[in-house]
Amino acid sequence: MTAAIQVNAVEKSFGNVQIIRDLNLSVAKGERHAIIGPNGAGKSTTFNLISGHIKPTSGEIRLNGEVTSGLRPFEINRRGLSRSFQVTNVFARMTVWENVRCAVLWATGHRYAFWKNVDTLPEVKQRTAEILDEIHLSHRRDVPAGLLTYAEQRELEIGITIAGGASVIMLDEPTAGMSHAETERAVALIRRLTEGRTLVIVEHDMSVVFGLADRISVLVYGHIIASGTPEEIRGNPKVKEAYLGEEVD
Amino acid sequence: MTNAPTPSIAVTKQEPGGALSFYGVWLIAAAALIVLPLIFSSGGSLTSFSLIGIAIIFALSYNILLGQTGLLSFGHAVQYGLGGFLAVHAMNAVASHNWPIPLPVIPLIGGIGGMAFALLVGWVMTKRAGTVFAMISLGIGELVASSSLILRSVFGGESGITTDRTSLMPLFGWTFGPQIQVYYLIAFWVMISAIAMYALTRTPLGRICNAVRDNPERVEFIGYDPHVVRYLAYMFAGFFAGIAGGLTAINFEIANSAYLGATQSGLVLFSAFIGGTAYFFGPILGAILVTYLQLGLTSVTSVWQLYFGIIFIGIVMFAPGGIAGILMKHRPLIRAGTLGTVIPSYLVAAIPTLALALGVILTIETVARFSGDAAINLLGIPFVATAPTTWAAAAVLVVGGFLVARITWRRVAEAWDRAATVARDRGYLA
Repeated sequence: MTAAIQVNAVEKSFGNVQIIRDLNLSVAKGERHAIIGPNGAGKSTTFNLISGHIKPTSGEIRLNGEVTSGLRPFEINRRGLSRSFQVTNVFARMTVWENVRCAVLWATGHRYAFWKNVDTLPEVKQRTAEILDEIHLSHRRDVPAGLLTYAEQRELEIGITIAGGASVIMLDEPTAGMSHAETERAVALIRRLTEGRTLVIVEHDMSVVFGLADRISVLVYGHIIASGTPEEIRGNPKVKEAYLGEEVD
Repeated sequence: MTNAPTPSIAVTKQEPGGALSFYGVWLIAAAALIVLPLIFSSGGSLTSFSLIGIAIIFALSYNILLGQTGLLSFGHAVQYGLGGFLAVHAMNAVASHNWPIPLPVIPLIGGIGGMAFALLVGWVMTKRAGTVFAMISLGIGELVASSSLILRSVFGGESGITTDRTSLMPLFGWTFGPQIQVYYLIAFWVMISAIAMYALTRTPLGRICNAVRDNPERVEFIGYDPHVVRYLAYMFAGFFAGIAGGLTAINFEIANSAYLGATQSGLVLFSAFIGGTAYFFGPILGAILVTYLQLGLTSVTSVWQLYFGIIFIGIVMFAPGGIAGILMKHRPLIRAGTLGTVIPSYLVAAIPTLALALGVILTIETVARFSGDAAINLLGIPFVATAPTTWAAAAVLVVGGFLVARITWRRVAEAWDRAATVARDRGYLA
C-alpha cells in the first residue's frame, strides 16, 4: 500500500543555513502521526515543505504516491492535502459562514464560476452547515471571523482545513495557547473530524501527542532521529537524551 | 479555568421579506433613473446626471479591484480610456460602412476593449498584489497615457478623435442627438452594469475575491490560485470600466488622451474611497458626490482640487470606511431604536464644525485671491481678500470652531457609547 505522505531525503537551506537535513518520513493512510521536537527543530518548515508553501532544495515528497515537491500549495491541496496554521489564518473580514463556504467551493467543483449564485448552491449550503455544526460554530455563523474569540478562531481554522474534504489533514499546533478545558475540547474535535483520514500534527502538549497519535516522529535539528509508536518513542534512549528527558516517564 | 465564549447571540438578525426589499431597492433605483430628468429637466442637470451615471459605473468597476479583491490600482483610467477610444473608432466605422448596429450596443464594444487590454497586460500585473500591483498599474497608466500622444493614428494626438453619435442607425426613432436620449442610454447601462456587478459579488468567484483580499496566503490552501482570482477580477473591472469609457465617448462625441491619464485614475480612486469600499453601494455614493462637487465647485472656486484633497484627507483620517461606512455604523442603532439619543449631540457638534469649515474655506480663498481677484462670497456675505477684517474673521472661525468642535465631538462619542451599549444589550451589535 502506498503511503499517504512519503518524504525522501529532503534537504532545505535558506542561504547557507541548512534547516532540514536528510529528512525521511513515511505516514501510512489513515494513520494519526505526530511530529514533535524542540523549538527550532524545523517542524513548521517540514509542514511548509509538505504543503508546498516552500520548495525543498533537494529530495522528493510524494502524496498518495504522486510526486508533489515543486507543486504550488493549491495544486497540492487539489490532490487531497489540507493544512492549518500555527498562527490563526482565517479570512478576518468575512463571516464564519463565508469562511467555511469558501473552503468548500473548490471541492464541490464550483471553482472560479462567475455565472452561479453562491447562495443557492444546495450542496455548498448543506456542506457548510455540516462543517459549522461539527466545529460548534453554527450560532456564530454571521459574525466576522476577526471578531471571534481566540479559541473559536482556532476551531474555525480547523473547520476551514477539513471543509474541502481532503484525505490528508495537517494541523500545526492546533491547541497552542488554549486552556486545559479548551484543549480537551479541541482534541475531541480533532479526533472526531479526522476519523478515516490521515492526520499529521505538530504539537507541544505531550498529553495531546501521546493521547492522539498512532505513531510519533521526533525531529531534532532538521533530522528525524526516531519514528515509532508512542511506546517505542517513550522507551527510545536517543529521544530521551535529545528531547524528552524525564518528562515522558 | 476556561474562557469559553459567552456571547451567543447572532449579530445579524434575519429580516422578514428579505427578497422583497432586495428587489425593491433595484426597482426604486430604476424608477428614480426614469423619473429624475422629468423633475429636473434643464439642460445643465441632464448633463450632470449623464456624467454622474458614467461615474457610478466607473467607480463600481474600480471597487471590483479595491473593495472586493484588495487591489489598489493607480491606473484604472487606462481601461476606461481605451474603451472610450475603441467606442469612438467603432462608431466611426459603423457610420462609414452603414452597418446596422445601433448606438446602445457601442458601450459593449468599449467594455470588450477594456477587457481585452486587461487580458493582455493583466497576467503579469496581477502576479502579486499590494505595492507591486500598485506600482505596475501606475507604470502602465503612464505608459499608455504618454503613448496616446505619440501614436497619432490611433489616438489622434492632443486633439483626440471625434465622432458623431447621430450618424448611426436610429433605434425606434431615437437618433440620440438630444441629451435626454443620451441620458436614458446611460441610465440603461447604469442599471445593467450595476446589477451585473452586484451579481458578480454573489458568485463563487466574487466570494473568493473577498477571500483573496483578506488573506491570499490561506486561499492557496483551499485549492485556489490567488493569481488567477486577481486576473479574473482585473478583467471584469476592465470590462465595466470600458463600458463607462464607451458611454463617455458617446456623451462627448470625442475620445482624447485625458481619458487615460493619472487625473482620471485618481478621481475614480477618490470616488470609490470617499463613498466607502467595504459596501457595494459605497462607490455609488462617492461617484454622485464627487461628480456633483466637481461640477459645482469648478464654477465657484479656482482651487477646487484643494478642497478635494482636504475632503480626501479628512475621510482617510476620520472615516476610513467612507460615507457608506458612516451610514452602516448607524444601522445597529436604528434597529435598537437608540439613534434618537445620538442625534441631538450631532446637531450641537454640527455648529462649531460648520464654523471651522467656513473658516478653512475663508482662509483658502483669501490665499487664493490675495493678488486681486473677485471678492469672496461666503453665505451671501462679501469678503475682501486683502482686508485685515477678513483675516481676523477667518482666524476666529478656525481657532474658535476647532476648540468648540473638539468638546462637542467628545460629547458625540459619549452619546455614541451609551447608545451602542444599549444596542449591544438588545443584541443588535457584536
